[in-house]
Amino acid sequence: MRILFLAALALAAPAFAAPIRVDINSGIAQPLPIAVPAFATPAAANTEAGSTAALGAQVAQVISNDLKSSGLFRPVDPAAFTTSVTPADVLRPQFASWRTVAAQALVTGTVTANPDGGITVGCYAYDVFSAEELARNGFVTTAAGWRRAAHKCADLVYSRLTGETGYFDSRIVYVSETGRKTKRIKRLAVMDQDGAGHRFLTSGQNLVLTPRFAPNQQTITYMSFEGNRPRVWLYTLGSGRQQAIGDFPNMSFAPRFSPDGSNLIFSMSTGGNTDIFRLDIGSRRLTRLTSQAGIDTAPSYSPDGSRIVFESDRGGSQQLYVMNADGSGQQRISFGDGRAATPVWSPRGDLIAFTRMGGGRFSVGVMKPDGSGERLLTNAYQDEGPTWSPNGRVILFFRSARGGPVDLWSVDLSGQNERKVPTPLDGSDPAWSPLLP
Amino acid sequence: MANRSLTLPLIAALALGVSACATKKKDLPPPPPSATTPVQPGIDPNAGNNNVPPPSNVGNANVPGSAADFAAQSGSDHVLFQYDSYEFDEEARTILGKQAEWLARYPQIRITVEGHADERGTREYNLALGDRRATAAKNFLAAQGVDTNRMTTISYGKERPSVEGSDESSWAQNRRAVSVVASAG
Repeated sequence: MRILFLAALALAAPAFAAPIRVDINSGIAQPLPIAVPAFATPAAANTEAGSTAALGAQVAQVISNDLKSSGLFRPVDPAAFTTSVTPADVLRPQFASWRTVAAQALVTGTVTANPDGGITVGCYAYDVFSAEELARNGFVTTAAGWRRAAHKCADLVYSRLTGETGYFDSRIVYVSETGRKTKRIKRLAVMDQDGAGHRFLTSGQNLVLTPRFAPNQQTITYMSFEGNRPRVWLYTLGSGRQQAIGDFPNMSFAPRFSPDGSNLIFSMSTGGNTDIFRLDIGSRRLTRLTSQAGIDTAPSYSPDGSRIVFESDRGGSQQLYVMNADGSGQQRISFGDGRAATPVWSPRGDLIAFTRMGGGRFSVGVMKPDGSGERLLTNAYQDEGPTWSPNGRVILFFRSARGGPVDLWSVDLSGQNERKVPTPLDGSDPAWSPLLP
Repeated sequence: MANRSLTLPLIAALALGVSACATKKKDLPPPPPSATTPVQPGIDPNAGNNNVPPPSNVGNANVPGSAADFAAQSGSDHVLFQYDSYEFDEEARTILGKQAEWLARYPQIRITVEGHADERGTREYNLALGDRRATAAKNFLAAQGVDTNRMTTISYGKERPSVEGSDESSWAQNRRAVSVVASAG
């Protein structure tokens, strides 16, 4: 799906400082009241995705849901609105009527059918009380791509009001689970960040685990038990092609891509010993990165590709270690009570998310790459397997209830806004994509 | 810290090198001394005679040489482990010893040793832990005289519990290495 930014709209954006701002670091801030009325349609027309009027309402709904899900915004109930939006209102909003519903910010816009069958979504954000424009942009897409245009608009608003990059135009790959625990059926599935566009990728015939996106979002690496030979595979999204990465004699697992997409790192077990290897995907050259006795697994690159964080029980229990990308300079970074596992480097580079086990509880936490500043964000019977939003502000993980369901959950970096991510069946092993282009 | 670059044809050699130098404390324990003589002549009249199935126990209707027979004669087709451990207790050693005896009677039969973990650990670690358990059982059987060419291992981590509960007794049953009779040659 190609989304074209309309430079002409962006040019007109004013350069003054925003009078309102959402403080993303404060866990106790009141969400900002924001109005997102149905987008106007300058010339009613039908598209393959429905009428422009219907799309205008749907686009507003997607934007509203995105902003609400962040926990930083509180969309005003449209039932309270005292006005609907005409095309003229988009450029000159009736601020007085938005003040009466106590909205501090207004997101409005237009949906226009294009001669080629596509649409243009115009996206405008205003400060209601100062009556000033905050941002605007336009997105040209196929009619079927209207949801992505809405996510781009929500990202624009989020970015303008928080000062951070957005994360709404992104996807999640995860393992969909169903059936009895003893005969669990697991399938790879992808969906938009908000749960829309859900699609199963594998049939469930083979046990599959730990899918992870390539930086280009077009390829997924995962582990499959196909042929009773548990090893690392690649799945190509466009073609649906599935391919084992090599004819390794032993179990290979826990794969992740390097930030430039050219290498995979993963674990391989040999005679009860598990070490970390790097595979150059182009040349198939395999390099061993760890050789200590013990279980070395769950490797994850730093965003600049210079270092790798992983877990090892070489010291007696699962703990986090950091090494240079060539395997040199291995150093333990996690200390304190209990075990630490499944580390994932933030796309911002400043933090590592991980699973903390201790006292019969499993938590998702974060620490700095030197091991300092550890904070636990969740605490439950079993929270496990964190993954970062593209902007490094939200963490997705999976939560197993004791004897109960397994679901995807998200929490923001402040530990606030813990919420269940709806999936058609049970869900585990989530991985968040980079922001889509 | 080794940092060797290897091309694919060398992987098998690498794998051998790793198991051969396993001496540190986190490595698998050396196979125990052979406390049980695999097959006692005089106790089992069919010892060494691979063409004649052993006599069935009274009331045991299992087909000699079958998976059910294997489990019945060995006491169990699986052994259990303590939390995060891959060491065998006395009961496990006895079962594995009897499995080795049975396998000595049926040298054409191959087995797959499955390693499993309970649900109270992270997914990746449990895959590696299951590999440790399967390998430990395989090594024990090999020390009892079972040809390693007859045995393959596979780890299922925490993906295939034998019982569904989320309590201590269920977890104890799920921490296991299962010897699965794969095929008769």
